[in-house]
Amino acid sequence: MSNKTLPAWVDVGVLPLLNVCLAFIVSGFVILLIGESPLEAVKYIITGAFGYDEGIGYTLFYTTNFIFTGLAVSIAFHAGLFNIGGEGQAYIGGLGVGLMCLSLDNFLPWWALLPFAIAAGAAFGAAWAFIPAYLQAYRGSHVVITTIMFNFIASALMVYLLVNVLIEPGSMAPQSRSLMESATLPSMQDLFAAVGIDIANSPLNVSIFLALICCVLVWLLLWHTRLGYSIRMIGFNENAAVYSGINTRRIIVITMCISGGLSAMVGINEVMGAQERILLDFVAGAGFTGIAVALMGRNHPIGIVIASLLFGALKQGGAELSFENPDIPNNIVVVIEGLVILFCGALTLMIKPGAEKIFLKLTNKKESANV
Amino acid sequence: MSDFILILLSTLDSTIRVSTPLILCAMAGLFSERSGIVDIGLEGKMLGGAFAAAAIASITGSAWIGLSAAIGVSVCMALLHGFACITHKGNQVVSGLAINILASGLTVTLGIAWFHQGGQTPLLSGDARFYSIDLPGALALADVPVIGAIYSQLISGHNALVYLAFITVPITWWIVYQTRFGLRLRAVGENPQAVDTAGISVFWLRYRAVICAGILCGIAGAYLSTGQNASFVREMSAGKGYIALAALIFGKWRPKAALLACLLFGFLEALTVRLEGVDLPLLGQVPTQLMQALPYILTVVLLAGFIGKAVAPKAIGVPYIKER
Repeated sequence: MSNKTLPAWVDVGVLPLLNVCLAFIVSGFVILLIGESPLEAVKYIITGAFGYDEGIGYTLFYTTNFIFTGLAVSIAFHAGLFNIGGEGQAYIGGLGVGLMCLSLDNFLPWWALLPFAIAAGAAFGAAWAFIPAYLQAYRGSHVVITTIMFNFIASALMVYLLVNVLIEPGSMAPQSRSLMESATLPSMQDLFAAVGIDIANSPLNVSIFLALICCVLVWLLLWHTRLGYSIRMIGFNENAAVYSGINTRRIIVITMCISGGLSAMVGINEVMGAQERILLDFVAGAGFTGIAVALMGRNHPIGIVIASLLFGALKQGGAELSFENPDIPNNIVVVIEGLVILFCGALTLMIKPGAEKIFLKLTNKKESANV
Repeated sequence: MSDFILILLSTLDSTIRVSTPLILCAMAGLFSERSGIVDIGLEGKMLGGAFAAAAIASITGSAWIGLSAAIGVSVCMALLHGFACITHKGNQVVSGLAINILASGLTVTLGIAWFHQGGQTPLLSGDARFYSIDLPGALALADVPVIGAIYSQLISGHNALVYLAFITVPITWWIVYQTRFGLRLRAVGENPQAVDTAGISVFWLRYRAVICAGILCGIAGAYLSTGQNASFVREMSAGKGYIALAALIFGKWRPKAALLACLLFGFLEALTVRLEGVDLPLLGQVPTQLMQALPYILTVVLLAGFIGKAVAPKAIGVPYIKER
């Protein structure tokens, strides 16, 4: 009965909003606890994230990463799979992007290289997701545990490769050589300069368009194709999917590979766009933030874009905040992220009964007034 | 030859030291998971406990008060996990992840705000730390060949929490397999309906299980920051909670096997330090990263069903809904 009593806009719009508000209120208490003013913190975060063009650039740059990982987590969620491995898949995907760029950047300009880089990244990311997926589908081991393990394996593998194989000869830092200027993605600054508008330099690059294209593609895939229908059906009821003739094992593997491929696009934004080389830990937690984004965005591309923007703003604003007030470290953003996962993910059902009661009371009043 | 024995002994000695938090966390996970609650929040609870122990010990100057604070904080986090996934039937993995991320953010945030040392707590000394204890007769026996060396170097000379960790294993075994509570705990992880039909509260049982997990993770945290090290350092749990989880699975959710898995993973870690830069016959240098990844790789291989089969408690991860 619980679903029928609430109209869709309350379920999809109001409840998540209430949960996010709860998360922010608790975050406010944390800031109070360390003896700072939450309102001032909010002010710094907002001006830091949206107050000037460089800040906006950084915000949108982070947003791009979170859209990719958020979409990756959400597509797995739709099939009832919990992909915690976005971090590792993005890391290995970035390796694919980097290797392709390093081998072809002498010959190709960025626009010709981009499709190859996307393909290589997606293949590497998908391959990293394939093993846990295969083990889940065919050997019965749980994808949550195996993807956690694969995050650590990816991290060890990348350290090994960067320290021993990819390191630039003569360099001390464990990172690859820089890509050729012509092979890196044009930054937003270049793009705006081409049409005569001057904006500040930031790592924001054309990857953000790729992110938005991915949103549309994921939406089309999930709600307008046969594969998407199968994915969602497995998520709703795996037994029903089996009885309707869907090869659930195959779909589980395919879904996880798509998920890994989407995570890998972080590599396009970071390796080919911003850093212009492969370096240690370039994913920097984006894979985990993707989980918060997917939960908050209710696994819908539009929700994911909004949630990514929020987390992008928090990340940039948080950095600005700790710069303005060193007593508030930017780890406060990690706290907020944890609280959003807690309230939007684990405690979603907490406020539902109460909200239902209040809503029913309100509507009943209206109805009796109408009578 | 005696060189080899000395090296072996010191490697085994450090194995014991690095396995201690793994053992405590694996037993914590055992309580929780045998009751049907997935616990990937071991890492976060341990980290929270480590911070609480170091912070309180540095203020009060007592390691034991620090330990109680660690247990308190870790139990609170465990209760939060319980509140989310027992009372409100939330997703257990999501809740555990939230706890890990919260712990990682909160410890650094509070640490910087309170101690102004970049997330570290002040260095502990004196009574604020757990020091190694010489077991009775260790000095006297030291000169006896083999047994003396093993007793005085390997068994004696650890701090109280190490011994506590090793005692935890038989106690856990006894509670889980020999007591009424343990029987019900295992039953609730396999078939909560049956337990409910027998008139026993599934919720209360599971809450007690997560509290047990909280206590043990708290001890593990206190060991990290007041036993093994002399202060809290940001992210000092460094994936140990996940390795413990892997060890628990590797040990097929059984106390003795989980202990052996913890010792194996601890040995790998101790060996990693030992083998750095050493050329092995036939193998050459083994990359440290391979050694670090080995526990995870082994666990995946086990989960894939290539070494025996790890069967999880049947009702794990499924919230219990009474009306059904």
